[in-house]
Amino acid sequence: MSALVITNLSKSFAGVQAIADLSFEAPKGLATALIGPNGAGKTTVFNLVTGVYPVDAGTILANGIDVTRMRSRLRIGTGVARSFQNIRLMAHLSVLDNLLVGQHIRANRLADLLTPYRLIPGHRWKRDALEALDQCGLADFAHSAVSALPYGVRKRVDLVRATLAGASVLLLDEPAAGLNPTETNALRDDLKALKAKGVTLVIVEHDMHFVDSICEHVVVLNFGQKIAEGTLAQVQKSKAVRDAYLGTEEEA
Amino acid sequence: MSGYLTGVLVTLCFNIIAAYAVYLPMAAGQLNLGIAGFMAIGAYAAAFLTNEMGWSIWPAVAVGSASSCIIGLVIGIPVLRTHGIYLAMATFALGQVIAAVFLNLEVVGGAAGYPVASYAAPAVIFMATAGVMLFVMLLSTTRFALYLTSVKSDSTVSDLMGISVRSIQAAAFAIGAAIAGFGGALYGHSYNFIEAQHFNVMLSVFPVLFVLFGGTQTVFGPLVGAMFFTLAPELLRASAEWRYAIFAFFIIVFMAVRPQGLITTSLFAAFRKRPNGGKV
Repeated sequence: MSALVITNLSKSFAGVQAIADLSFEAPKGLATALIGPNGAGKTTVFNLVTGVYPVDAGTILANGIDVTRMRSRLRIGTGVARSFQNIRLMAHLSVLDNLLVGQHIRANRLADLLTPYRLIPGHRWKRDALEALDQCGLADFAHSAVSALPYGVRKRVDLVRATLAGASVLLLDEPAAGLNPTETNALRDDLKALKAKGVTLVIVEHDMHFVDSICEHVVVLNFGQKIAEGTLAQVQKSKAVRDAYLGTEEEA
Repeated sequence: MSGYLTGVLVTLCFNIIAAYAVYLPMAAGQLNLGIAGFMAIGAYAAAFLTNEMGWSIWPAVAVGSASSCIIGLVIGIPVLRTHGIYLAMATFALGQVIAAVFLNLEVVGGAAGYPVASYAAPAVIFMATAGVMLFVMLLSTTRFALYLTSVKSDSTVSDLMGISVRSIQAAAFAIGAAIAGFGGALYGHSYNFIEAQHFNVMLSVFPVLFVLFGGTQTVFGPLVGAMFFTLAPELLRASAEWRYAIFAFFIIVFMAVRPQGLITTSLFAAFRKRPNGGKV
């Protein structure tokens, strides 16, 4: 059973083919890495899955639901949430407020919208958000403005926000980029904890040691096409993958 | 209380109401330059009901406010398809069109103006203003207010979180219109006379200045902005004609030092004490 099934997906921008006839599946409860050289189309895949861009051709199934033509804001309701390569937290809001925005899909009735939760001490929304922060060792930052936080902390807050939607599939765009070794280890622990809860991860990442420590399944893209798929050890043996990363002998 | 002081405070009240009418859409990233038009709708609707239908003030004010809200919602949905300068121009034109309609509407006096028989005493205006402030402050403790900021900060991410960006923007626009209509309805009954010429460009522009000066990050920004713009010229009266130059100097200095507005979240955070160690 796959949590995410992408079939014959295509997307072009002004005549440039960004994704070409791409098909792959993300097995449920496992971590799938989406790797490839810069410009391979990895982030575009995330943008197509979450509806930032409309799809030209192909289908996307999330938890068995066809989301290909679904409005972008409704897709999180199918259990798919994402983080961003260039962290997109609301800079002058506090960490707690950012997490409350992330909870929206679980509190989206009109009554929820108009509940004066800030006046209610220990309201469950605030409690849930603080618990999620606490589990990642970030509780001390709850009331800090995001703009005042170090990069590594913001990166992890971005991840916590994505988890608060209660999603079963998380798309993580370069979660380890820019992190120091300590922060990377903390992130790895966070992701392993998510996997242990049954969350399916799809990770765009350039750090192969990180990929090796988290991902059971790897899909390699180049120029918008899938050139290899399997375990990391399997794809590393692929000539197409070596050529994509290192160039061909003719090019050399 | 002297007549002068009462007059200044009543003016301050209307400025505060107008500032909050502009603040809500602005908190969601929309510049509404047509607030005078919505004030006119509330003013004329309520005045018509008390004059011609014999209604008492409060039901008439409520209907005036609701009329502005409904028209704001109906017009806001298509208008909010535009963004930035185009939205500002569209709302600016909207305010002018509404004022022009009332200028030519003979049933409410047309260009000659419309006397309003019922009177709202200053105490009523003070209470109503307190009510508007309480309402907006209560709203600021909800998810709705949080989503206004979220939509303004990053509409794409808000959308991906499942927030209906257009619904939030339309609701902010309509609630702002309702507050403007409420203020307009009270204005007519406070001064016992309304004319379309009063609901002009400056009436739309000044509340925007109040909010920009006070800041959009907290609910207290519009209050501080309206107080500054209303009270500072009065406090500087002793300096005769220099007061306008001094006032302009203050504005330039403040905007240079704090372009994000006087009252910001970081300013609040700096003064906030958390003796409980950050627990909620």
